[in-house]
Amino acid sequence: MSTETNSPVTRLFDGVANSARFIRDKFEAFEGDRLGQIGLVILATFIFIGIFARPITIDFLNITIPGLAPHDPTATRVGGRLEPPSLEHPLGTTVLGRDVFSQLIAGTRVTLLVGSLAAFMAVFIGTNIGLVSAYFGGWVDDVLMRITDIVYAVPFLPFAIVLVAILGSSIVNIIVAIVLVLWRSTARVIRSQVLSHKQRPYVESAEAIGASHVRIMYLHILPNVLPLAFLYAAFAVGWAVIAEASLSFLGFGDPTMLSWGEMIFNVYTADAIRVAWWWVFPPGIAIMLFVMSVFFIGRTLEKVVNPELRHQE
Amino acid sequence: MGLREYVIRRLLQLVVTFWAFFTLLFVLFRLVPGDPTSMFILDGMTPEQREQRIAELGLDQPLHVQYVEYISQLLTGDFGQSFIYREPVIDIIIVRFMNTIVLMGTALFFAYLIGLTFGALMGWWRGSKFERGGIVVTLAARSSPEFWVGIVLLSVFVFWLGWFPSGGMRTTGGELGGGFLARYGSTDFLRHLFLPALTGAIVFMATPTLLMRNTMLDVLNADFIEIKKAEGLPERTVLYRHAARNSVLPIVTVMAIATGAAMGGSVVIETVFNWPGMGREMVRAVNSNDYPVAMAAFFLMGSVVIIMNFLADLAYVYLDPRVEYE
Repeated sequence: MSTETNSPVTRLFDGVANSARFIRDKFEAFEGDRLGQIGLVILATFIFIGIFARPITIDFLNITIPGLAPHDPTATRVGGRLEPPSLEHPLGTTVLGRDVFSQLIAGTRVTLLVGSLAAFMAVFIGTNIGLVSAYFGGWVDDVLMRITDIVYAVPFLPFAIVLVAILGSSIVNIIVAIVLVLWRSTARVIRSQVLSHKQRPYVESAEAIGASHVRIMYLHILPNVLPLAFLYAAFAVGWAVIAEASLSFLGFGDPTMLSWGEMIFNVYTADAIRVAWWWVFPPGIAIMLFVMSVFFIGRTLEKVVNPELRHQE
Repeated sequence: MGLREYVIRRLLQLVVTFWAFFTLLFVLFRLVPGDPTSMFILDGMTPEQREQRIAELGLDQPLHVQYVEYISQLLTGDFGQSFIYREPVIDIIIVRFMNTIVLMGTALFFAYLIGLTFGALMGWWRGSKFERGGIVVTLAARSSPEFWVGIVLLSVFVFWLGWFPSGGMRTTGGELGGGFLARYGSTDFLRHLFLPALTGAIVFMATPTLLMRNTMLDVLNADFIEIKKAEGLPERTVLYRHAARNSVLPIVTVMAIATGAAMGGSVVIETVFNWPGMGREMVRAVNSNDYPVAMAAFFLMGSVVIIMNFLADLAYVYLDPRVEYE
């Protein structure tokens, strides 16, 4: 932190330097951490597949980038019913003659969408609640933390089921249901971190100079707790994806967006689980790999946030 | 603040949490859908039947009257009638609730037994291949949704090896009734219990394993472990009597969170294995618009989590005398 502090420009520089340091630390942490590297590679692969799953048309250039999925995932009878894997259909076909491989590739998009949106929103809400709660303390803290306690009393998946059943099975409602519960852990952990920062000299000096509450919270304290928020975002992606998959498996998925969980739901309702291993295993393995990749990355980020862990390895 | 005051304050908090949870249920099940009567009215009713039904359910009353009425019903365990079974909800749900508790209790017990042992060993042999492999296996288990683990177990042990029945709680035509032991102690029942309980154990195992490993690493750095080793005690004694024992404490706090996860897990696991428990009943009820049953199931699940949170807090202050009551 610079000594002649607190002109907006120096603060801005400090902020940039802080973020740069954090990103550098992050990459250093990934060096020599095999699991973290594997996680990054798997995640990057999924992101690539997700983006290029279906054909992309860029209108003003008048070009179409062909999609990765060889068939239309919803087109029936592109092959025979329940065909085992072949060259034409690398992962076989479903009971309606749909191409499993294409469905798997198209499902990546739904997973990325739910994972990133739900995690971002949950961590955004959680960080703000934790920050406000710890910074103001007193009754604000009491009220916000009691609300957090109450959300902790709500069983995650059953709540999501009820909410989605009442509001309707759409991807937006699924994300809302996940976010409404998922913010709680971020709120608690950010709060405790901010509590310790509140006592530090840099906050006191900012107060003495007469910086506003909003300024102190978002310009001075927030950059210091942001790494922790990143960590919780990584885990939140994993939980959100598992929740979406479970909801879809139970039949509450968005019928217009085929996800991996819904693929397995379809196997179940078609009563094909005994025969069609090529239809059940790919989506299950995909879910597991995706969530593993973000958990591996999370573990590596944990070492940036909590340097003590580095010596324990 | 003394222990007594802490307990009293925590009890008051418990009441407030329950009240908030009741209110959440009320909002979810009566207010959210545009027309609150729609979910209590079956299709194909004549207008007169409709009117009568609305009056019967008290839905023509002002909202605050309904709210008070609703809370008093919940407190007396009156969840109304199931639309589908035409029986009091409480009779349907209590049996299912017991089945869920037996299944999830078994799963959690083994999850913690295996998790704590495994985690302690991982901490003890840090840096070894065993630890590295253990972390990958644990993270893989944590990354798998319950239904996926269940499907893998089903495919291997039922469809391929044929060792276990594919679902349900007992073979049809088997002995029903009798006492608790006859119901939940027969070998037939245990054969049905094995795979769903194993599914839960595998998924729930990750949290205690990783937490135990982390706290073990902290404890192993403490001086008293060095002293115990210097005293010449055998490794096993130091590991089990001194290191592991002191690492168990933080596990208590996550027990409550584990119960919450188990309630969600029960919904999925029971669906995969056709286990006649509360979770599967809830999915069925939601799908067939049997709202009184769905609400009762959700109510019981939430209550279990709230009470476990409360007990975990009490256990924590009881087990750790250093804790300050805040």
